[in-house]
Order: sequence, then structure tokens, then C-alpha cells
Amino acid sequence: MHAVKLDSLTKVYGKEKTVAVDRVSLTVEQGEIFGLIGPDGAGKTSIFRMLTTLLLPDGGHASVDGFDIVKDYAFIRSTVGYMPGKFSLYPDLTVEENLGFFATVFGTTIRENYHLIKDIYVQIEKFKDRRAGKLSGGMKQKLALCCALIHKPTVLFLDEPTTGVDPVSRKEFWEMLKRLKAQGITIMVSTPYMDEATLCDRIALIDQGKILSIETPQNITNSYPDKLYAVKAENMYALLKTLSAYDRAADSYAFGEYAHVSFREAINENLLKDYLREKGLTGVELKEIDATIEDCFINLLRK
Amino acid sequence: MQDVVIKTDKLTKRFGDFVATNAITFGVYKGEIFGFLGANGAGKTTAMRMLCGLSKPSSGDATIAGFNVYRETEEIKKNIGYMSQKFSLYEDLTVLENIRFFGGIYGLTDQQIKTKSEELIERLGLESEAKKLVGSLPLGWKQKLSFSVAVLHEPRIVFLDEPTGGVDPVTRRQFWDLIYAAAERGVTVFVTTHYMDEAEYCNRISIMVDGKIEALDSPTQLKRNFNASSMDEVFYQLARGAKRGD
Repeated sequence: MHAVKLDSLTKVYGKEKTVAVDRVSLTVEQGEIFGLIGPDGAGKTSIFRMLTTLLLPDGGHASVDGFDIVKDYAFIRSTVGYMPGKFSLYPDLTVEENLGFFATVFGTTIRENYHLIKDIYVQIEKFKDRRAGKLSGGMKQKLALCCALIHKPTVLFLDEPTTGVDPVSRKEFWEMLKRLKAQGITIMVSTPYMDEATLCDRIALIDQGKILSIETPQNITNSYPDKLYAVKAENMYALLKTLSAYDRAADSYAFGEYAHVSFREAINENLLKDYLREKGLTGVELKEIDATIEDCFINLLRK
Repeated sequence: MQDVVIKTDKLTKRFGDFVATNAITFGVYKGEIFGFLGANGAGKTTAMRMLCGLSKPSSGDATIAGFNVYRETEEIKKNIGYMSQKFSLYEDLTVLENIRFFGGIYGLTDQQIKTKSEELIERLGLESEAKKLVGSLPLGWKQKLSFSVAVLHEPRIVFLDEPTGGVDPVTRRQFWDLIYAAAERGVTVFVTTHYMDEAEYCNRISIMVDGKIEALDSPTQLKRNFNASSMDEVFYQLARGAKRGD
């Protein structure tokens, strides 16, 4: 049995019939960390809300742990854990009260499943008497994760848990997810940060409600179709403008300290270097590189 | 000698016993893209609010575009642009109405507003959206529009607080094209971000840890100093030791 299965799942909003989720089909295996990778407005939250039975689909089917998201909504609600993108705990209850509340609602106690949250909870335990609304962003996030875990869910849905979080805290958060996976919990997580995609077992790249690709991160980068080069020069902005005017290149864009430029086939590197120098650029460096997930995503978006 | 448009000297903000921003001293040059980095809770927002004339420092000094942060806050506000991480244009006004509204607030004449609106709409390729409600635009467009509105009155400095969070990778780069273009026109750009690849697009960056600026240099030099291959690594080395915040 698949942990999660979507079959042409569709969601349409409003009078204008905006298609937020467009016939999305995918499966998540048990014990897998599955990433939904895409920008704001891609449809990630709508998918999560349908899978957690908070929103009815307008087409297609989906199941979680074999339960149908429409017919068996009550079962699903008792077995899954959901951490929404927006902080949704009770701001007027303390840290401990929030956790106790969620445990009680799910018919369990903090003690029974403490082993699942221990690693995370110890980091916020010294604030256990503080009201949740008064916590910093990172602590709110940790508490929300504890509350989503306290009933030992079979599948954990995390909607953009790391958006707006600094790189150090993001790294720590992903380490927590790995430990949860080791305890057998299936995790479906969404993120707009492309670098986090490589931390998932498999990912779906999604944009405007449509799946662009579903694969392991490694297979996605391996299937990048073009030749990709990283180029550097003293003046980055001039380099970007010069590259975008170079009509032999398929695409070019900034990428950290380099510009990435892609070609349909292998090129003579010296010709490109000469062209850049001719245009007055100095300090030109050039090397062929392997594509990252972000390169693949850009390539798919431009199609 | 380059023009210094932001200059701080031991700028400090205390909330009770808590020192949110602890004696930060730095300068930013005209036309520079300056990245202001730090972990959540490091004190970036507090510092930025002082620099924008929105919060009075507890001690230390700063001048923004030549104006003092204690006494000349109204002058500062006229000379800067600000884009918050939370979308702050009016969703129920059209693109054109938002431009006209903010142009009016900044004291532009009707003629200036008309010329600026046309320029801006053309530059962003928003011709067919000009009369649509801003609320109906995709996030990427909203962000580009917010930035353009923040520099509508040609401020000397524009402050950008995490302008690209959650935006797709193509739009994120188009956004940076706007930043580069503004810097080339001589606008100083002061920007915070959690994307370390974007830190590389800055001329210089500072990294705050627990209220203090722990490093300030060009991305290349910082990587050299910390013997790191990426800005991500530099950030990690510095912020890992942070005691407070999250």
C-alpha cells in the first residue's frame, strides 16, 4: 500500500475557475521523505489541504494510508499529522498547554509518545510556561512540529516549514526530519528552497498547479538536457547583460557568484571567452558544471 | 573617495535588559548593493528600523543620506524607499492606482506621476495588467511592483527586507535584475535575504550574530577569510555559535 496516492487530483477556485491543482498524480511510499518543490502559487498548499481532508477536490481521487480523502475523512484526521505554513497553534495557551491540548484531542498523552518529540521538545522546554504567541519564529516552528507529532502520525504533512527561516535553522530542521524518517514516519514536505530538494528521497517539481517532473533528486539533475557552464567576471551585471545578448546560448542567468549559461551542445570554450573579452569583460573564468535542481527547475519553467 | 550614504557609529538599541542591536559600526557607499545578513533574531529588523527613522536608538549615532537618525527622521523618510517582506501595496486598488497613490504620498506632481507610471508599466511589461486589481497578480509580479513603487520617488537608498522569499527561481532573478538596474542608476540598495546565492550578488555583506556585526566584506573576501567554498559555509561558521533567537 502506498502511504499517499493522488490520481488526477484537481482543485478549482472561484467564479473565474482558476485551476490551482491540475490533474496531479503521484504516489508516496511508506517511510519516504517526499518533497513538493515549487514557488508560491504552485498549488502546494491546496494539495496538502485536500490530503488532510480540509478541502474537497473538484476532480480526481486521493488516498492516505489507503483511506479515501472524501469518504474516509474521519480516519485520516485521526492518523495524519499536519503542520500548516501559517502558524496555527493557540497563541494564548502556553507551550505545554498547546502540546497537552493536541495530545488530548487525539486521545493520547504527552508521556506516551514523548520519545518521538524528545529531540525537538528539549530545545523549547525551558519556555514551556511561555505563551505560544510570544515565541520567536524558530521556536514556534519547533512547537508546531511537536504538536503535529504527538499522536504518532503515520504520515506527516509539512507545508513550507522552513520558509523565512535562516540557513542554520533550516539545516537543523532537516536533520530532525531525517531522525523522524528513521522512526518510520512518512513525510510529505513542501519548500520553495531548491537546495532542500536534495535532502528528499524523491521530489515533485510543481508550478502553476502542474507537475513538471517526479524523480529522485539525482535522476532529475542527471536528466538535464543541455551543456551547462559557470562563468565569472569582475562585473557581474555587465556579464549577465553580455551573456543574454549572446545568441548561441540557450539560456543564461545569475547563480551565486557565477552566471550559468546553457548550450544545446558542447561548445568551444575559447570562443565564448574571446567573445566576453571582446565585449570588455575582465577576469573571465569559465568551467563546465553539472546542473543543480535549481538549474533543472529554471529549464523546466522556461519551456 | 566614494560617497558614504549610510554611516553608523556604535548604534545600539536596548529593550529593557535585552540588547537587540549592540554597537554596530559600518558604512555603505552610494550605488552599492549591501547585503545585511544574520540568523533569525540576530537584530537585523531592529537595526533596519533605526536606519529608516522608525525607531529611536538607545545610544550611538547614525546618518542616513546625511540626516541624523535622532533628529531628522522625517528627512530620512523622504530620502529612502522601503519594501517590507509582507506585501504592502493596496490589494483592492489597481496597479495604476497604487502607483498614483504612493506617488502622491511622496509628493510627486501629477505630471511626474503620469510619466513615472508609464515608464514603470513598460519596464515591468505590465501593460495588460495596469488596470487590474493588485490582489489578482501572481506573487512574483507583486514583488516586482512593490520594488518599483519603493523606488518611484528616486530615493537615495532603498531598504529591502527579504524581498524574494517564496518567489520562483526565474522571477527571483528578474527581481535581482531590477536591483542591479537601480544600483546602476546610483540608488544604494540595502537588502536582507535568507538565500545565500543572493548574498553573492551583493557588493559587500555584513553578517550579524547576537546583535553584533561579526563580519563585513565582499563575498569573495569573506570566503577567503573563512576558508570556505560558499557563502552558505561562511554563514554557517558564524551563525552556528549564536546563543539567542531561535
